[in-house]
Amino acid sequence: MTVPDTFTNRLLGRVKLTGLLSLAAPVLAILMAGLITAVVLVVTGNPPIETLTLMIDYGSTPRSLTLIVNAATTYYLSAMAVALGFRMNLFNIGVDGQYRLAALIAAAVGGAVSLPGPLHILLIIVVAVAVGAAWAGIAGLLKARRGVSEVISTIMLNTIATGLGAWLLTQWAVPVAGSNNIGTKPIPESAHVPGISLIPGAPNKVFGLLLLAVLVGIGFHLLLNRTRFGFDLRATGRSESAAVASGVNVKKMIVWAMVISGGVAGLVGMPQLLGSSYSYSLDFPAGLGFTGIAIALLGRNNPVGVAFGALLWGFLDTSSNILNLHKVSPEIITIMQGVIVLCVVVAYELVHRYRISAEQRRVSRELSAPAQAQVEGAGV
Amino acid sequence: MRPIGATASTTLLAALVAAGCAIEDDPVEIPTHGPPTRVGLAYDIGGRGDRSFNDSAAFGLDRAEAELGVETTEMPAGNGETDGHRAERLRALAKEGHNPVIAVGFVYSGAVSRVAAEFPDVKFAIVDDPGARGPNISNLLFAENEGSFLVGAAGALKSRTNKLGFVGGVNVPQLHKFEAGYRAGIQHVKPAEVRSRYLSDPPDLSGFTDPAKGRAAAQGMYDSGVDVVFQATGGSGSGVFEAARDTGDWAIGVDSDQAKTADPEVRGSILTSMLKKVDVAVFDFIHGVVKGDFRSGPVVYDLKAGGVDYATTGGHLTDIVPQLNQLKRQIIDGRIKVPTH
Repeated sequence: MTVPDTFTNRLLGRVKLTGLLSLAAPVLAILMAGLITAVVLVVTGNPPIETLTLMIDYGSTPRSLTLIVNAATTYYLSAMAVALGFRMNLFNIGVDGQYRLAALIAAAVGGAVSLPGPLHILLIIVVAVAVGAAWAGIAGLLKARRGVSEVISTIMLNTIATGLGAWLLTQWAVPVAGSNNIGTKPIPESAHVPGISLIPGAPNKVFGLLLLAVLVGIGFHLLLNRTRFGFDLRATGRSESAAVASGVNVKKMIVWAMVISGGVAGLVGMPQLLGSSYSYSLDFPAGLGFTGIAIALLGRNNPVGVAFGALLWGFLDTSSNILNLHKVSPEIITIMQGVIVLCVVVAYELVHRYRISAEQRRVSRELSAPAQAQVEGAGV
Repeated sequence: MRPIGATASTTLLAALVAAGCAIEDDPVEIPTHGPPTRVGLAYDIGGRGDRSFNDSAAFGLDRAEAELGVETTEMPAGNGETDGHRAERLRALAKEGHNPVIAVGFVYSGAVSRVAAEFPDVKFAIVDDPGARGPNISNLLFAENEGSFLVGAAGALKSRTNKLGFVGGVNVPQLHKFEAGYRAGIQHVKPAEVRSRYLSDPPDLSGFTDPAKGRAAAQGMYDSGVDVVFQATGGSGSGVFEAARDTGDWAIGVDSDQAKTADPEVRGSILTSMLKKVDVAVFDFIHGVVKGDFRSGPVVYDLKAGGVDYATTGGHLTDIVPQLNQLKRQIIDGRIKVPTH
């Protein structure tokens, strides 16, 4: 299966780098990002080395590490949902709406029923996956049946999810005791997922559903590389016409890819819901779907790469607190995150261009060499 | 604003005198023991510059910095945050030696309860949340219903069509309190029709930041014969004011004296504003801690305490100020009970 060497394919990591080049790209990205961030820090009047040391000191305390892992768990699920669509050339911009609606409905169902522990947890997660999948499935169907761009439809579905969620919340909400907050009825203790004391010396625990994120990563790898479905999915993503020629039902693949992507999106809110807040209320985190897009690009849609991306993102978010205390504007973090994603994109593209021109030089050398030999031979 | 400011500086002076004022060469300086007090403040989403709730808190903090000589650190909130992030923000402030630590907005409720228990020696304050309780937590609350009652009465006295409107930013319990007080104030003056609209439903908080929505809602009301609209919409308020300017009707501002802070073009349409003095609450709290006078539990900023009020900027109320002040006295004396929902 050869992949057309287009910018999109290179951007989404479908054209692979081999040998030294595969190492050169991330190293170049880190160097570029480091340099630009240092310049930004100097321009804003902050010493780059001290600022970075400050962030690392703070970010490596046990408590911070736990927070980083917890944030990364959520980011990872979000990015994997996006990555799954990317692998098939589908831009699921709607992860945000999918996970918010899924978390809200799952929280309401979880608060309404009473079941023995594991079953209760399972029910809530299944509801979340089903809601996320169904919501994304709408965009899949629109694309397969009517050719509606999934970028447009998922953005619109985000807005509709916001409105629908607002209406549902006002239907189901109960005031949070003694507060100005409102939320769904709290999920009973039977469905609380206990935390894991992963980081030694940390007073706080990482989300128990960290395991779920790990499973999703492994599942993603197996699905894409070890199943017929995954092969069809990658084939469709790389060349739709070639996939059709080899008997893949592309329309069905589009719907399924969106449904699975949405199902994973449904999981995004689960670690927080079942591990910490136990209710969907006004302060439930929003906007994670968009963070997921950036992290999927950063991790090049690869389960391991995305894990690093999610941890890096979590580290930057968590250490923004300490910058603030030392009078460094926390917006620097947002700039860093943007710079890192851009640098990864640019660095990989540069290395790819180098690879292409190197290949061309090699080919032209090979072509001219025998010709010269022939000319010389004729001369003898 | 002015009477409160005067009171605060008088108490400050009294505090100076009471403290013996050992410094003779520089009487302005606050007598302190050791390093200056460091105040940490964590904002709700929007942060400094939202022209509304957070800005009011920021103003109180600035005043404390200028008048009390405290050092301040502000931290903004990010999007997509969890309770863990918020708790960590407060913890970072407390750990770095900030005392007191102030959290702006009910979203910090869980975080304040948790972190306050971890730092029993640090004083905490949370604005707009009665839920977080502890021996070192002060809940700064406002009787928005009482202030809204007065602007409702003012609106009813000025309305010619006997139709008044209320536009709320987001349909949350917090704003129902504004609406309830407003309605009660209107009905106390005369039987009039009151229409109400909320710009968005939670968890969609866009109603606080979308002037176009505010404008459309207010326009609809004015077109149907309403001639006074009270907006409690945060950043969407400018749209309501524009609609009032275009139709020549009245609008009522919220939180700060918006006839002074709004776009100069629309100031003429602002009849009055319901003042919610978060700045006073923040300043008083810091002042209390500096003096060594901290009170845990709810501190209600009502009409009596001067935490809410109506504004007279623009002079549109000159003829009815005596009536409004009489109502104010009746509320303070407890002769009028203003409903909260």
